[in-house]
Amino acid sequence: MSSRLRILDRVRAALADVPPAERPEDVPVPRDYLRAHAEDGLVVLFAERVADYRASVLRTAPSGVARTIRSALAARGLSRVVVPPGFPAAWTDLPRTEDLGTAELDAFQGVVTGAAVAIAVTGTIVLAGGPGQGRRALSLIPDHHLCVVRASQIVADLPDALARLDPARPLTFISGPSATSDIELDRVEGVHGPRTLEIIIVDDLSEEEP
Amino acid sequence: MSGDGLVWLGTPAFPEAAREALADTRLRRNLRRATTTIRDKRLAAVGELDDWERLRESGAAIKRRTLRHLGHYLERLEEKVTAAGGVVHWAADAAEANRIVADLVKATGRTEVVKVKSMATQEIGLNEALAAEGITAYETDLAELIVQLGDDRPSHILVPAIHRSRAEIREIFTREMGRRGKDAPADLSDDPRALAEAARLHLREKFLSAKVAVSGANFGVAETGTVCVVESEGNGRMCLTLPETLITVMGIEKVVPDFVDLEVFLQLLPRSSTGERMNPYTSLWTGVTPGDGPQEFHLVLLDNGRTQTLRDTVGRQALSCIRCSACLNVCPVYERTGGHAYGSVYPGPIGAVLTPQLAGVEHAASLPFASTLCGACYDACPVKINIPEVLTHLRAKIVQGRRPGAEALVMKAATAVLSAPGRLSAVQRASFLGGRVIARKGRIGRLPPPLAGWSAARDTPAPPSESFRAWWSRTKESS
Repeated sequence: MSSRLRILDRVRAALADVPPAERPEDVPVPRDYLRAHAEDGLVVLFAERVADYRASVLRTAPSGVARTIRSALAARGLSRVVVPPGFPAAWTDLPRTEDLGTAELDAFQGVVTGAAVAIAVTGTIVLAGGPGQGRRALSLIPDHHLCVVRASQIVADLPDALARLDPARPLTFISGPSATSDIELDRVEGVHGPRTLEIIIVDDLSEEEP
Repeated sequence: MSGDGLVWLGTPAFPEAAREALADTRLRRNLRRATTTIRDKRLAAVGELDDWERLRESGAAIKRRTLRHLGHYLERLEEKVTAAGGVVHWAADAAEANRIVADLVKATGRTEVVKVKSMATQEIGLNEALAAEGITAYETDLAELIVQLGDDRPSHILVPAIHRSRAEIREIFTREMGRRGKDAPADLSDDPRALAEAARLHLREKFLSAKVAVSGANFGVAETGTVCVVESEGNGRMCLTLPETLITVMGIEKVVPDFVDLEVFLQLLPRSSTGERMNPYTSLWTGVTPGDGPQEFHLVLLDNGRTQTLRDTVGRQALSCIRCSACLNVCPVYERTGGHAYGSVYPGPIGAVLTPQLAGVEHAASLPFASTLCGACYDACPVKINIPEVLTHLRAKIVQGRRPGAEALVMKAATAVLSAPGRLSAVQRASFLGGRVIARKGRIGRLPPPLAGWSAARDTPAPPSESFRAWWSRTKESS
């Protein structure tokens, strides 16, 4: 007998106490938890929560994105920067690159990407491999990650974020720079992933929050 | 030595191991400091959410639904992963899982793999099994690296090197890194920042050249075939993204029904585990994505005692565990003995209920007794596993399985004595004399068997020179 059948047989035998007529949905799952732990002021909250992870946050009007990106890169002395295909042309004139190997990516100091969605309560950005986000290796190997998020992409909390994402895509949730607490539970930012995370929020909403 | 299986053969039973651990003042200092820090962080992170109890209820219910219909969800997961370009394997036990992984690695023609921290691969002793096949496994989580380089054993689910101080870690890195790759910097200090930097430099060449990675899984979504790994350092992303082949070993209980269920667990897990609103990196992938990440994906579904655990209607709730380690951090026993005393990859309160069930109670009979039943673990558990209930249930099983021993005979004798006043007076007079002979400074310490079990951990006051009944009859008669 294959191990597949053996395991499924054992599972069936172990669950002899479950009535045969019971369907999975017959087991109640309460969903009365809050859909979100914040309602308004999401842009400000997102910026605060990102900063709590010791990532830096810049805000700009839509007209100032290109300038903000340029000065953010210059301020850190980054000249070798990779930008994924599909990143808005109005935001930077740096060349778009794709299909770079691991070693080639390692030669870059930084990467500029967009995001699929951002989460205010947890200070998280989510990359989903869409246009302007790049494949996963791109936002992982360079040591400095600059991510441009539109205010309209910021949702309140995790449930709303998951609802906006396609599970078929490779998804990366990023909350601050890479970190470890493995030595005496003392938090250190910057291990294997990008050691610096910088987020630019583009205020594409009116002054009032939605 | 690291990760050589669920139960570490040849290690002493808990009471003996605990006595040794308690004598190690450095270990106790390291542990007290670490558990105090993490407890405070968890309370702050959990306290931010008004609906924490409702999230716990939901998490517990999702796990209950999953376990009651485990076969259904496993078949669905298999179907979805396969449809997305992954290959699903089933492993009935540790040996079969190790064989599957070793064969998959060999088929790539490689002799090195990079690993993401994973309890399941620790449990099956994968690194040792691969080594026997000529394959070198490199642990890439910082704490796992410390354990692996130190030829040590993990002592905590989340922070396996929690028993090590920064000075010890510096010494291990300086001594061992060069033997397995890039040497530690010559002037390495014991600042955690410098130590993390040394790990980064040591592992970077491994990440960039690795062709095969092995990971565990925090969740596998039946509805979509999506697998989820939660981590902090980015070593997980490196392993899940850069190699050509990814092999994920997942316990069958890690399946969750629907993608939407992640909205519960991704809130419960980081706040319970590291006390953060969200861990730095969470990766989700579904099968293979052309042009992005590994183009070959294998999912190994592991039983290894889980279906045996599922048979027990009280004990099966232990399979709900999401490996957050909150129960370890709040446990007064764990805080004092550390993880090694439990003699298993799963230490602490959850280990005390999981290890005996996965391995069979006869292989870990002392663990269900390694608890004061204070219930702090139950309060902290994000999926509401009633650990004290399972502990007492397992204790009863173990006691029922034993022949009546000395303790039962003593209890029988006590019944006879206490039911007859004349016999009681005689025994009390005898105990006064006997107690005076063995007592030191008014206390009776450790006694030889069969009384050793009762007297090893507590002193008994020497019996008084006169019993109340004797005093009563003497003073009543004289007045």
